[in-house]
Amino acid sequence: MTATSAAVGAREVVTGRRRRPHYLTHAFLIFMSLLWFLPLGWAVYTSLRPYGDTGGNSRGYFSVGGAYNLNNFFNAWNQADLPLHFLQTILVVVPALILILFFSSMVAVAVSRYSFRLNLAMLMLFTAGNLLPQQVVIVPLFRLYLALPMFAPLSDNGMWYDQLFGIVMIHLAFQLGFCTFVLSNYFKQVPKEINEAAVVDGATVWRTYRSVLLPLARPALAALATLEFTWIYNDFFWGILLLRSGDKFPVTSALNNLSGQFFTDNNLLAAGSLIVALPTLIVYFALQKHFVAGLTLGSTKG
Amino acid sequence: MDSSPGPPIAPPASAGGAFAPLLTRRRRKRFSVLTRRDKLTLGLMVGIPAFIHIFLIWLPAIGSIVLSFTSWNGIGGLDRIKFIGFRNYENLFSNYPPFWPAFENNLIWLAVFLFIATPLGMLMAVILDQNIRGTRIYQSVLYMPVVLSLAIVGFIAQLMYSPGMGFINNFLQAVTGDPKWVTSGTAIDWLGTPGLNFAAVLVAASWRHVGYIMVLYLAGLKSVDNTLREAAAIDGASGRQTFFRVVFPVLAPINVVVLVVTIIESLRAFDIVYIINKGLNGLGLLSVLITNNILGEASLIGFGSAMAVILLLISIGPIIYYLARTMGREAE
Repeated sequence: MTATSAAVGAREVVTGRRRRPHYLTHAFLIFMSLLWFLPLGWAVYTSLRPYGDTGGNSRGYFSVGGAYNLNNFFNAWNQADLPLHFLQTILVVVPALILILFFSSMVAVAVSRYSFRLNLAMLMLFTAGNLLPQQVVIVPLFRLYLALPMFAPLSDNGMWYDQLFGIVMIHLAFQLGFCTFVLSNYFKQVPKEINEAAVVDGATVWRTYRSVLLPLARPALAALATLEFTWIYNDFFWGILLLRSGDKFPVTSALNNLSGQFFTDNNLLAAGSLIVALPTLIVYFALQKHFVAGLTLGSTKG
Repeated sequence: MDSSPGPPIAPPASAGGAFAPLLTRRRRKRFSVLTRRDKLTLGLMVGIPAFIHIFLIWLPAIGSIVLSFTSWNGIGGLDRIKFIGFRNYENLFSNYPPFWPAFENNLIWLAVFLFIATPLGMLMAVILDQNIRGTRIYQSVLYMPVVLSLAIVGFIAQLMYSPGMGFINNFLQAVTGDPKWVTSGTAIDWLGTPGLNFAAVLVAASWRHVGYIMVLYLAGLKSVDNTLREAAAIDGASGRQTFFRVVFPVLAPINVVVLVVTIIESLRAFDIVYIINKGLNGLGLLSVLITNNILGEASLIGFGSAMAVILLLISIGPIIYYLARTMGREAE
């Protein structure tokens, strides 16, 4: 105890920050944390209990006792066709991630290391596009998706509408803005001498990008991949708007069709919510550093 | 990660660019090493992504503006489009009952985020930026909802609010011992009562927004030079004075980001109300009206576009402000 408070005291002197009484701050923080944790904690608790023990005329939801098991999870998994929808999610997320990082890194290299004037114009265009609310573009976009032709196997009806390919493309178009912005700021901090050395060695622009600059950007790419995974996985809107066949819905969009089925049984609803939330929670806890880095790269640099 | 930004290394303005020789026909020594093939490569590296972005975002955005002055039911070719001036807007403002409530809800959403959720996120960041024991744990807990989709937040809201099975009513019933809290008819239907349900949704959405703002702001606070705080403390400034007079002004760039993120998130809000009840019964938002116009039975394209243009007009101000602030610094 004494050692820690001495250390804290020393830090206070070093940082010169005034401190409030510790117990008040901690009481507030503990209160906030409990409040913030409550909904998820409640979801976990409810999901472990059978409907028969909590719903109807039984002991109620705010209670202990009765059975605790994973049956709700198995039921949600099977009844809601979750394996199928997880597969659709993978078919959207993986190509979208690869294309977004590939294209945005190319633009970022070109504008940040070869042409400064173009840099500003492109960044403005991309960033503004990225910030537009989706609903601003959807009326004509919907018509465009019905009218644009696409060949098999990317499309099984000859259109962009109702195709996972179309979902990948709209994610690509929107997310290019954010990733280009982050990566071009990142590349600006790489010394120019690296380009000059590559030129002296006779490397082409493409080779400089592919073998010199891209490997250097690995930390930024990792951070962006973590963040973009979460955003694309969590997308609800584009699936609702641009898909019609129920079996093509990625898992987050598929929730829309499940609400009616789940809302009559909160235990099943809790289990289903947790299954769908799990991948992003795992990515967050496993890659927390990358995740926060990605979010803050775009906002503090540049 | 290293969050101290440092001055961005911008090429000197006099260096021109790779494309400058093409435009001005003045050859500059530095770029004469670029072969024609290199220039073609660069053109494609920028051109293909730019085309995709413009084609799928800016073209439809302009399309929304043009179509908002027309009438077209989407059937038949583009030659069926008829220009009708501002009639869609007139109908929107005077003959379409859901419009003003949705518009008002958007403004309330914005106000709640701007004046309650965002300041709370900033407050949490300021507290957790101090060397408090367990700060990582507090940060993780507060940040957790941010990785969830708003659709899942809508499901979790159902778990908390539902009249017979939700946490709140069951908790009240357990505490008071009165079964009226969970009996249908007497139980409060948090998500089914107009007005009340919108407040409940705002609480759920804020649950997620606070953590988002907290993380953005924490990153900003970490980049503030500590000698500033020390100097303020030596000059006898209190903690509050140090924050408002010294730290907050230094954080101007991050304040801009936080402000714009808050406004744009408020205008984009859609998933949570749509999953709860398709945005009906008091939960209407402009985004929902536009989407329902497309997915609904009778799609009125000009009318839907007019609503999209309203949304565009509200969002364009903050976007330009953001570009001017961030890109302005970039250009220096």
